[in-house]
Amino acid sequence: MAAEPLLKIENLVKHFHVRLGAFGERAATVHALDDVSLDIVEGETLSLVGESGCGKSTTGFTILNLHRATSGKVLYKGQDLTALDEKRMRRFRRDLQIVFQDPYSTLNPRMTVGEASGEPILFHNLAPKAELEAKVAALLTDVGLPPRFASRYPHELSGGQRQRVAIARALACQPKFIVCDEAISALDVSIQAQIINLLLDLQEKYRLTYLFIAHDLAVVRHISTRVGVMYLGRLAELASRDALFETPLHPYTKALLSAVPETDPEHERSRKRQILEGDVPSPLAPPSGCRFHTRCPIAMEVCRRVVPKWKEARPGHLVACHAVNGE
Amino acid sequence: MTGKNRLLDVRGLTVEIETRRGPAVIVDGIDLHVDKGETLGVVGESGCGKSLTMLSLMRLLPNKIRVAKGEAHFDGRDLQKMSNRELRKVRGGDIGFVFQDPVTSLNPVMRIGDQLAEPLIYHRGMNRKQARERAIELLRLVGIPGPEERIQAYPHELSGGMRQRVMIAIGLACEPKLLIADEPTTALDVTIQAQIVDLVKGLREKLGMSVVWITHDLALIAGLVDRVVVLYAGTVVEDAPVDALYASPRHPYTRGLLASIPKLSDAPASRLNSIGGTPPEPGRRPQGCPFAPRCPLAMDICRTHVPKLEPVSAAGSHRAACFAVEKALEAA
Ligand SMILES: Nc1ncnc2c1ncn2[C@@H]1O[C@H](COP(=O)(O)OP(=O)(O)OP(=O)(O)O)[C@@H](O)[C@H]1O
Ligand SMILES: Nc1ncnc2c1ncn2[C@@H]1O[C@H](COP(=O)(O)OP(=O)(O)OP(=O)(O)O)[C@@H](O)[C@H]1O
Ligand code: SF4
Ligand code: SF4
Ligand SMILES: [Mg+2]
Ligand SMILES: [Mg+2]
Repeated sequence: MAAEPLLKIENLVKHFHVRLGAFGERAATVHALDDVSLDIVEGETLSLVGESGCGKSTTGFTILNLHRATSGKVLYKGQDLTALDEKRMRRFRRDLQIVFQDPYSTLNPRMTVGEASGEPILFHNLAPKAELEAKVAALLTDVGLPPRFASRYPHELSGGQRQRVAIARALACQPKFIVCDEAISALDVSIQAQIINLLLDLQEKYRLTYLFIAHDLAVVRHISTRVGVMYLGRLAELASRDALFETPLHPYTKALLSAVPETDPEHERSRKRQILEGDVPSPLAPPSGCRFHTRCPIAMEVCRRVVPKWKEARPGHLVACHAVNGE
Repeated sequence: MTGKNRLLDVRGLTVEIETRRGPAVIVDGIDLHVDKGETLGVVGESGCGKSLTMLSLMRLLPNKIRVAKGEAHFDGRDLQKMSNRELRKVRGGDIGFVFQDPVTSLNPVMRIGDQLAEPLIYHRGMNRKQARERAIELLRLVGIPGPEERIQAYPHELSGGMRQRVMIAIGLACEPKLLIADEPTTALDVTIQAQIVDLVKGLREKLGMSVVWITHDLALIAGLVDRVVVLYAGTVVEDAPVDALYASPRHPYTRGLLASIPKLSDAPASRLNSIGGTPPEPGRRPQGCPFAPRCPLAMDICRTHVPKLEPVSAAGSHRAACFAVEKALEAA
């Protein structure tokens, strides 16, 4: 990548300390994120995919300093965000937004939809008070909600409507970078399409950058510039959209791609999907060496012992696997 | 009453909300039925009333929202007329639930193992130890790694998809006769979705369980359900066996939905199809067909009369509510 990245993530690690046992007598560590490095280029959509619990949300939270990194760096405009306390972080907050995976937990139940989406506009002085109502109305219309919804409370909305309020709130700040954590997964396909189109339009207009976390690979293929595949807290593969979908290199990516459902009942019923044998290992005790070795169809002896290097197998195509040769 | 095989039979269910301008209809007289061992998919646009329909069956509607009309028979008994005590026995026992929002439905200060054990102790008379064993087994079935340890976790220590799977495990805990699942897999990746789908299929075969699966994911349910009901603005606009629905959708709204699905095999394009406009809000629905303002085939009659759900196949198993069904066919 020639362009200077908007965000540079270096060896990011996030461990959670939890207590186990009936009385919480045993301490344990959840390896949610281990040694993740990647550049996010201005104006691109970088998607993160991977099994539930592999650390996608944790990546988003840690980049935005909503979780404190255990180690590693996140560079934004030359500043390491992980070194900032919340007070000094505040001036970056407007630029760096997130649409949370569970909108219900993050919308203030006592704030109307209008207040929730108008608050960032007031807080950051993005419009005079007199124009606020019109701004909020425009935002709501953008996400497919009638402006009248401004007077409703979150509990008076359906699941998908709440998700769209969360999107409107993030867009209200006119940010540079948005983490969209399963931001459209509760929406029906037609509204999903409308929101995707909106995100793409805004990107074109303002050079917005997205970290797009999603499990729907068809949507990911549609929206992404590049795609990163995570497995148990580590990046397994990172490549341009076309390279990832057309010539995946990592055995885990290959398995993931073969599991996508299609709208053909006949085909769906007869299809063999369970290519991945074995359970997902626990992040409390991740496997040694390559974390995928317990389920990898081509695992070798070395995979059990040695962590595969994160290397560029082809130009711009990074992968961590002993069976793939670097260039 | 209908045949012995019918497990759930909902007739003319109407749900209203109190507003300043008087009651507004949200769910408008819908009919739904599920046979024993059958899996029904319910799809429809965000805000069309899917969750409220399901909550009304269990009498869990929020404030200011109530069932104005209609009946809902489960195993021959009217859920709307049961005493609270009887209903508590059914809820979480013979009818398992997966709510759309794990954050509000899981107790944040209770370990997930205890939340799983609760219904087993209450409905199935297990002791603590048995319930704990079963809780671990359930977590394993929904694919949560290290279940012996994870039962100690609090909800906030789990990822979004894990929380969703805990909800599914609670819904399945008592091996219900009917599982009602509201968007149960929105946070799950395809491999785990596939695992959950296989789990539900397995229970259906083993126990003859019936399922109502509310979703917007038309691809996911293609391989799971027997029949699909399409809701729009609180009414049923199409009801069809799953193969017929995908092979020849008849209602213009269903066609619009199917056309909006991005497919992996599609060439990456810059814009996706979407149905223009927004669905009408409760209390502000147009006269006539509720889809008319957005329908590419709308005629004058659509703006004055409400189309009824009519059979469109010889067998009568495929029904649609549209004046232009023949026209829709030609436009295919
Ligand atoms: N407590 C409430 N007060 C007022 N309106 C409400 C309330 N709860 C729901 N609604 C409205 O009722 C309609 C139906 O809501 P419901 O939650 O059933 O939709 P849904 O079909 O489940 O949508 P989604 O797919 O987005 O979850 C929506 O338009 C919603 O805004
Ligand atoms: N606050 C926390 N305390 C302890 N463990 C946590 C915490 N937050 C996340 N984890 C653990 O970290 C791991 C990664 O979680 P994360 O939420 O990042 O997954 P994810 O990839 O977003 O999954 P999903 O697709 O299900 O949302 C999981 O094992 C999770 O249980
Ligand atoms: S490093 Fe070994 S175990 Fe890991 S993905 Fe490659 S071949 Fe499989
Ligand atoms: S009845 Fe008329 S408006 Fe309604 S869906 Fe059919 S053609 Fe469209
Ligand atoms: Mg997540
Ligand atoms: Mg809902």
